[in-house]
Amino acid sequence: MSLRNCRNVKVLEVSPVGQSKAAGEFFELKLEYPDWDGWKPGQFVMIRPVDWELDLLWGRPFSICSADGESVTLFIQNVGRGTSRIAQLQPGDTVAMWGPLGNSFAMEPETPTLLLAGGIGIAPFRGYVESHPHPENLQLFLAHRMPLECYPFKTLSDKVEGQCIIEEKPEDLDAIINTMKGLIQEYAKKDGLILSCGPTPFMKTVQRFANEFGARAQVSLENRMACGVGACLGCVTKDGEGHHVQVCTKGPVFWADKVEL
Amino acid sequence: MDMKVSFGGLDLKNPVMTASGTFGFGLEFAPYGDLEKLGGIVAKGLSLKPREGNPMPRIAETPCGMLNAIGIQNPGVEAFVTKYLPALARKDVAVVANLYACDAEEFGELAGVLAGEDGVAALEVNVSCPNVKEGGIAFGQDPAQIGRVTEAVKKMAGNKHVMVKLSPNVTDIAVCARAAVDGGADSLSLINTLSGMAVDIRNRKPRIANVIAGLSGPAIKPVALRCVHQVVQAVDIPVVGIGGIASAEDALEFILVGAHAVQVGTANFLRPDFAFTLADEMESLLEELGAESLDEFRGSLQLPL
Repeated sequence: MSLRNCRNVKVLEVSPVGQSKAAGEFFELKLEYPDWDGWKPGQFVMIRPVDWELDLLWGRPFSICSADGESVTLFIQNVGRGTSRIAQLQPGDTVAMWGPLGNSFAMEPETPTLLLAGGIGIAPFRGYVESHPHPENLQLFLAHRMPLECYPFKTLSDKVEGQCIIEEKPEDLDAIINTMKGLIQEYAKKDGLILSCGPTPFMKTVQRFANEFGARAQVSLENRMACGVGACLGCVTKDGEGHHVQVCTKGPVFWADKVEL
Repeated sequence: MDMKVSFGGLDLKNPVMTASGTFGFGLEFAPYGDLEKLGGIVAKGLSLKPREGNPMPRIAETPCGMLNAIGIQNPGVEAFVTKYLPALARKDVAVVANLYACDAEEFGELAGVLAGEDGVAALEVNVSCPNVKEGGIAFGQDPAQIGRVTEAVKKMAGNKHVMVKLSPNVTDIAVCARAAVDGGADSLSLINTLSGMAVDIRNRKPRIANVIAGLSGPAIKPVALRCVHQVVQAVDIPVVGIGGIASAEDALEFILVGAHAVQVGTANFLRPDFAFTLADEMESLLEELGAESLDEFRGSLQLPL
């Protein structure tokens, strides 16, 4: 057993979520569970299929969506050269996987906790909900662009109070922002905890309202990474004091008032 | 087979070192393998004062390679000595400090700070970083400056081995190599990254905030081999080959051309345990090839008459 390691693991399953795993769409990748001591929601892994040879050099970082002693599940959006090739993997293929990497979301079982997900940013919250001792204290809000069945929303909203808004027209964005504002204000008032994951504009919105209302909020960043282990310094962001810090090792989760987005 | 390599007072368990800027301060990679399996660790580039480095984005993936413009982000030499070196020095592996400065005097000062550190086996002088606007490139491209910087480091380095890392972004790398030799270098390491660029036609922006960046990875291996070949022919001091090594075969290509040792860089990003098994794989491959020893194989390239 090991705190963190790099292992070749087998692909167990690649299954489309919602529609198909064509470009722009979503799939779940289930991999063999390596000999980890454990993991925490918010942590991520780097994966690199061994058959990539030298064409694509870097592994790709993904939040751990969920994991048990048997398998690790990643929730992936097909958006580029790497993810489109990962979508082509077949059961039995071999992938180098290193992790679990980075820090994790705060967990305060007794505190009302708001989960704010922007699209694919819902991925780490499945594991969070599954491992939370009091899911009745959790509330989930998802802002999304693809049809709802593309996201693991239903499985989560069965367990926690869930709400979602699809962004199809420009005015939908206002509705999303207003809802986020209302929720963040509400959680600030009751000294709740806010956890968020999504694209940078989404994170900036969370940060803006969290600072405005004095809410305790965490943001999970998804900067481009080459190594995932703190060496390449390609994924840095600025901390509260303006110093560059690695998202892979000092994050990916930061308190919203201690990071520059 | 004996894989030990010794040159200029630097003793390596095997010819595999990790290249500066690709292996942090070494300890980042401890969860993935035994650091003592390595011949040497070249630490992330150090400057006298801490540096924040360049703005983001800093890296881009390119065919069989990558671009980076990190800009020598580092905590400064004092923090290295007090916070990182003690843990690293407890490991039985040669630690090489990589030095970055803006003039010869500052290079000398840096060397002076590290000269008394028992945990440091050698100093690698970065005269070739293409990323830092205040003159990194000027040293690497001007033989006279290379000579002056090497001399300044050597003068302050006490009994430390001084390795000078050369840039490929020059007209004649052999001239730069001779300048380092004249300055008193104990060995040369080459190549640093090739100057490069990537742009995005969709948003019409450079992919790297610094615009110009350094290309590394398998894409540059042919250039690196050519440079090592030319330098080995031109000078009599040992050469450490760097550039796109991603397998034992790649590493042995540099040895065949005449390199004493190699540094693995970008391949550390392919998977974090890459470097740990490389020396064993090189040994097996040498045996498979029927080589008598590493020394026998080194520089045995048969050139056309």
